[in-house]
Amino acid sequence: MDRREFIKIAGISSIFGLGGLTAFGTLKGKLEASQTGPSQNPQALKAKRWALVIDTTKFKTEEDFKRCIDACHKAHNVPHITDNIKHEIKWMWTDTYEHVFPGVEDEYLAEKVKEMPMLVLCNHCDNPACVRVCPTKATFKRKSDGIVMMDMHRCIGCRFCMAACPYGARSFNYKDPRPYMKEEDMNPEFPTRMKGVVEKCTFCYERLAKGLMPACVEASNGALIFGDLEDPNSEVRKILSERHSYRRRPELGTRPSVYYLF
Amino acid sequence: MLEKAIQGSSRYWVWILFLLSLIGAGVIAYIYQFQNGLGVTGMSRDVSWGLYIGQFTFLVGVAASGVMVVLPYYLHHYKKFARLTILGEFLAIAAVIMCMLFIFVDMGQPLRVLNVLLHPTPNSVMFYDMCVLAGYLILNLIVGWTVLGAERKDVPPPKWVKPVIYLSIAWAPSIHTVTAFLYAGLPGRHFWLSAIMAARFLASAFAGGPALLILLCLIVRKYTKFDPGKEAIQAIGKIVTYCMLINVFFLGLEFFTAFYSGIPGHMHSFIYLYAGLHGHSQLVPVMWISSILAVIAIFLLIFPQFRKNEGLLAVACASTFLSLWIDKGFGLVIGGFVPNPMERITEYWPTFPETVISIAVWAVGFLVLTILYKIAVSVKEEVVFDKYGEKQIQG
Amino acid sequence: MYNGGKIIIGLIIFVGLIALPFVFSGKGASAKPEPKLDTPEILKLPETERKCVESKEYMKREHMKLLNEWRDWVVRDGLTIYTSSSGKQYTMSLQNTCMKCHSNKTKFCDECHNYTAVKPYCWDCHIKPKEKEL
Repeated sequence: MDRREFIKIAGISSIFGLGGLTAFGTLKGKLEASQTGPSQNPQALKAKRWALVIDTTKFKTEEDFKRCIDACHKAHNVPHITDNIKHEIKWMWTDTYEHVFPGVEDEYLAEKVKEMPMLVLCNHCDNPACVRVCPTKATFKRKSDGIVMMDMHRCIGCRFCMAACPYGARSFNYKDPRPYMKEEDMNPEFPTRMKGVVEKCTFCYERLAKGLMPACVEASNGALIFGDLEDPNSEVRKILSERHSYRRRPELGTRPSVYYLF
Repeated sequence: MLEKAIQGSSRYWVWILFLLSLIGAGVIAYIYQFQNGLGVTGMSRDVSWGLYIGQFTFLVGVAASGVMVVLPYYLHHYKKFARLTILGEFLAIAAVIMCMLFIFVDMGQPLRVLNVLLHPTPNSVMFYDMCVLAGYLILNLIVGWTVLGAERKDVPPPKWVKPVIYLSIAWAPSIHTVTAFLYAGLPGRHFWLSAIMAARFLASAFAGGPALLILLCLIVRKYTKFDPGKEAIQAIGKIVTYCMLINVFFLGLEFFTAFYSGIPGHMHSFIYLYAGLHGHSQLVPVMWISSILAVIAIFLLIFPQFRKNEGLLAVACASTFLSLWIDKGFGLVIGGFVPNPMERITEYWPTFPETVISIAVWAVGFLVLTILYKIAVSVKEEVVFDKYGEKQIQG
Repeated sequence: MYNGGKIIIGLIIFVGLIALPFVFSGKGASAKPEPKLDTPEILKLPETERKCVESKEYMKREHMKLLNEWRDWVVRDGLTIYTSSSGKQYTMSLQNTCMKCHSNKTKFCDECHNYTAVKPYCWDCHIKPKEKEL
C-alpha cells in the first residue's frame, strides 16, 4: 500500500465512521425525544379544520356584537386606536351587510337589510392568499387544524399579506400599540404587539391549546358556533347541513372557514 | 477605475454635495420613521402600500430597460449602441439599488430583513423578486465593469463575459415580470388581477427607461466631451415611441375589459383614479396630468420631424418619463387599494417625511449613477475619440 | 520617511478609531452582574423544588436557544407542553411560566443583558411582570 492509497482508504473509512456517528446521533435524539421535549397538551381541543359559524339571526342588539368583540380584543390586548382611524387595529369588528357581502347591491334592497351589521373577522381560509404571498412564512396555515396563524416574531412588516387578503382582515401596527392600552385592561397572559408587524384573529390558538373555546364564542351566548368542519358529526356540520349559509366572496377560491347563517 | 470618480470639476463636486445633502435629510427623516413606525407615512390599514412600493415598481422598470440598448448591440450587432451599452448597464445598477432601498424603507421591521433568506419561501413572489433583483444587480456590475475595463485598456472584452451578457439580457424582462406578478396574482384586487399586467409593465418600462436614458445622454453630451451619438439617440427615440404606443394600447385594453364587461369591481378603481368615486377624487388631477403628458409625448414622438429635433425629443422624453412615473409609480399602486375589499374608500397621500425619504432614495440612485457615469465618461473620453474617429462636441 | 507626517497622522486617527469602543464601553461597565433568584414566588417553593426547567448551567448558557425553540413549538407547531430532562412537565410560555417564578425582570434578565449589552426585544410585546418594590 503506498501513501496515496492509504490516504484514500483512511478518508473513505473516516467518512463512513462519521456517517455512522451521525446516524447514531439522530437515533439517540429520537429515543430521547419520546421523554423530553415538546408535546401537545392532552386537554387541547383538536380538529382537522376549525370553522366558525355566525348565526346572524341571533345578533339583535349592538350589545350582542360588542360582547364578542370586547372579549376578543381584551383577551388579545388589541389596542383601541381612535386618534387616527387609518391606523386602526381590528381582529373582530362589524360592517354592514352591503359591505360584508359586496356585489349584492340592489337599489330595491330594503334599507334595513343593507344597513344590517355583521360580524367580520379573519376567514381562516383553506386556500389562504395571505399565506401564499408571505416571504418569510410568518403567516402560515397550521397543518394540524387549518388555523391561519401569525408568527409576530418573524413578520418583517412588508404588508404583502394585507394586499393579498380579499377580506380586509389584517391590521398593521403603524405605531407602537402599547400607549393605546390601559395597563389595568391588559390581559397579563397574552403579549401585545410591537410596531411594524401585521396582526389578525388567530382563532384563539392559545385558548384551544388549553382546552378552551375561542373568546368570542364563549361570549356569544350561542350565536357563534365553533367546531371541526371535517367531522361530519360536529355541531358546525349539522347546522350547515340544515340551514342556509353563506361565505364571503366564495368565487375567489379561498375557501373561507367562517360561515354566515341567515 | 474608481479614481476617476474623485477627480472632477467644481461643478461635479457641487452636484455631489447637493445629492449628499438630500441624502442627509432623508437619513434624518428615516431615523424619525424608524423610531415612530410607518405611521409617519400616509399609508393606512386600507392603503397599505404607497409611494415607496410605487417607486420601487417604477424603478424595476427603469432597471429592466437597460436591456433595450444592450440587446440590439450584443444580439443584433447594432454598432451605433456600442457607446451606449455602458450607460444602459450603469443606469440599471443605480435603478436596482434604488429598488432595494425603497423596499427596505417600506419594511415595518427592517432589522429582520434577513428573515427572507433565513426562511426562504418559494411560493412567495416577493422571495423571487428579491432573488432576481439581486441577481440582476450582480450581472450588471460584472458586465459593465468588465467591458468598460477592457475598453479602457483598448483590448476586446474577455470571452467569458459574453454568456454573462446573454444571461443579463434574458434576466431583464424577468425582473419586471416577477414584479408584475406581485400584483397580478392577488385574488380580490380587480385592478391588478389582469393577465396583461406583466406585458403592460414591460411596455411602460421600455418606454420610460429609455426616455430617461435619452435625457441622460443629452446631459452627458452637454457637460462632457463624450458624445453618445446622434443616431444612437434617435434609435432609442424610436424604441420609446413604439413602447409608449404599446403601453397606451395596453392601458386601453384594460379600460375596454373593465367598462365593456361592466363588472363593477373591475370599473371601480378606474373610476376612482380618473373621475373620483363617491366624492373621493384626490388622485384625479394627478392621473389627468399623467394622461395629458402621455398625449403630448405621443404627439411629439409619433411624427419623425418632431422626434428628430433633439429639443423636442427631450420634451417628449421628459413627458413620457413623468407620465409613466405618475401612472406606475403612484396611480397603479394606490388604485389597487381603492376601494378596499369591503368597498369602502380610504384615500392616500404621501406625508412630508415619506416624501423626504423618497427623494433621498432617488438622490442615492443619482449619486451612484453620477459616480458610475463619471467613470464611464472619463474612460470614454480617453478612448472613444480615436476608436470611432467621430467628431466630439467640446464641452 | 516619504510623506511621513501624513502617515503618522493617519496612524493616530486609525488607532484612535480602533480604541473608540474601549473608551465608550469604559463608561458603561458596571460591577459583575449578579442575577437575583430571591423572588417571593421562588422563596415560597420548598427548597427541593427550587429548580428551573433545566439545570442552572444549561439555562445560563442556552436559555436563548431554549426560548427560541419554545416559541416555534408553541406558535408554529401548536405544542405547548415541555417535558424537561428531569421528566417534569411545563407549559411553554415566557410570560406565564418563566416570569411567574422570575418575577424580577430588572434583577434577573436585565442584570446580565445590560452587562453584556444585549438587547432582546422580548418586552416590546411580552408583558413584563409587575415588580414589587423591595
